[in-house]
Amino acid sequence: MKVAIIGCGAVGSLFAVHLAQLDDVEVWAYDASQAHVDAINAHGLRLTGAGDVAGRLHATSDAAELPACDFGIVATKAMHTTAAISATAHAFANGCVATVQNGLGNEEAIAGFVEKVIRGTTFPAGKILEPGLVQWDVKGDTTLGPFEPQPAPFDEIERLADACTRGGMPTAAVADARGPQWRKVIFNASTNSIGALTGLTHGRVCERPDLRQLVSGLVDEGKAVAAAQGIELDADPEDLIDHAAKPEVAYGHKASMLQDVEARRTTEVDYLNGGIVRFGREHGVPTPLNQAIWALVKGVEDSWTK
Amino acid sequence: MNVVVAGAGTIGSLFAGHLAQVADVTVLTRRPEHAQALNERGLHVSGRSVLTAAVAASSDPAAVGDADLVILACKGGDLEPLAASLAGRFAHATVMTVQNGLGAEEIVAAHGAWPLLSAVTFMSGTRHDDVHVEYVLDTATWIGPYRDTTPADAESVAALIRSAGLKAEAFDDLRPAQWSKLIFNATVNTVAALTGLPHDFHFAEGMLGGLVHDLVDEGKAVAEAAGVALREDPWEMNVHATRRGHAHYPSMLEDVGAHRPTEIELITGSLVRAAERHGVAVPLHTALYRLVKAKEASYS
Repeated sequence: MKVAIIGCGAVGSLFAVHLAQLDDVEVWAYDASQAHVDAINAHGLRLTGAGDVAGRLHATSDAAELPACDFGIVATKAMHTTAAISATAHAFANGCVATVQNGLGNEEAIAGFVEKVIRGTTFPAGKILEPGLVQWDVKGDTTLGPFEPQPAPFDEIERLADACTRGGMPTAAVADARGPQWRKVIFNASTNSIGALTGLTHGRVCERPDLRQLVSGLVDEGKAVAAAQGIELDADPEDLIDHAAKPEVAYGHKASMLQDVEARRTTEVDYLNGGIVRFGREHGVPTPLNQAIWALVKGVEDSWTK
Repeated sequence: MNVVVAGAGTIGSLFAGHLAQVADVTVLTRRPEHAQALNERGLHVSGRSVLTAAVAASSDPAAVGDADLVILACKGGDLEPLAASLAGRFAHATVMTVQNGLGAEEIVAAHGAWPLLSAVTFMSGTRHDDVHVEYVLDTATWIGPYRDTTPADAESVAALIRSAGLKAEAFDDLRPAQWSKLIFNATVNTVAALTGLPHDFHFAEGMLGGLVHDLVDEGKAVAEAAGVALREDPWEMNVHATRRGHAHYPSMLEDVGAHRPTEIELITGSLVRAAERHGVAVPLHTALYRLVKAKEASYS
């Protein structure tokens, strides 16, 4: 089968390299960075850190070069979803497209261009070290399930999950993938944004009791919005937050949103706190704290261009 | 007329430089070298006023003679030690506080029996160095009686300040004005400090304007519960200030930019504590209070 990774950043590269280990999978990567694409085509793509894995695949920055694929895995930053899927949708006329991105609203954006959509959430993380080389920081599970309004057939979802798992990325196909997705969104919205606004690492956010209380206030709003949609979280985001605060886990980790703010890159806040606010509005759940945090982070972004 | 200005940051320097035109001014500084520089070179004001003032200066309260008026112009966090250092001195002086937030008067009252005036100032400037301050916003200082003073006392100090070229207005009761400014400051300073935005159009429109509006509404609810009828609507103050044509950098934004302690305790802290006393929920101000405190913690 043919799988195209749409957006071959850190997370996209994890999927690309692992799928490239399989003889029965032909992997393509579409990425905007020509340097990254050229390096991958010349020397392959390599992971280092949590595991050292290398793979050969086809990379391109020209969407027209993508062949017809069985599966797409969208792994861009959330604000680039529409641009990426609108450019590559032709490759998935008969295929299914999964998102493993952060935040809320990616499935909806993909469904605007592709028939069969897979809701997904992934916990592994890393960063690009140089073109063709990715630091793999955190191992973790991936969950895939149908995007309810425009679902991919479940046996197709299982086929993709199976390939990912065989390649080395443990992936489960489930009937309702919203639980893990909302757990991760609530985790990210409630902690990343606080790190971004204060400059504190995850552990330092959590060890200030008053700030930890604010985090819980954000979590509670997210839980209420999830509950109003009938979503059952697969685990309590609070446990994930406390777990990550441990010195041996991610105490000193600067949230990606803090890294974005320090580098003056547009953050994913629209799809995290902003997503919770939008879904809250649709379901009549007030989310004043997420709304406030969303506005403040957008204000930070505005301060770079004032 | 002898005036002592204690604290020679931006606001203190603006008072000292102007008042020296109409009174004998002594500046009480924290650092000896600051006093020395003022004694040797005088105090220069640029911007909306262009002045050079001859001022006496000292870092030792014991070396400063009695005065008719003592203006305490230090930052809120420095007020307690400053007031303590004045205890037993200035037997004939009226003492005036101009700190942001609430509670400065009580701090000073605990250290002496001076007649007290309470004031809030809206003027602003930029302190270029120890002997040069730029006068940027020529908005007024509001003065009211606090302890053993009358509206007439407030008016006579306001008149003195006006005669020196600054704007000042006296009130029978300062609390309506003080609370208006408190709510304005608690909102604008924290949002600026957290976003990095100067006080510009973002505060009056769109999503951030919505947050500012909600913060003002929380503040209004606290004022109402405290029985204070606001003099000005802090939201209108905010909108008006964003339309002045140039963006002001609130002091809390400058403080976090320079990794200095902010006035969060005196400003938002006093609002949050007042809300607690009066049983009013202020979840947004509480959140911003915690965020700014955490941002201060991130310096180290």
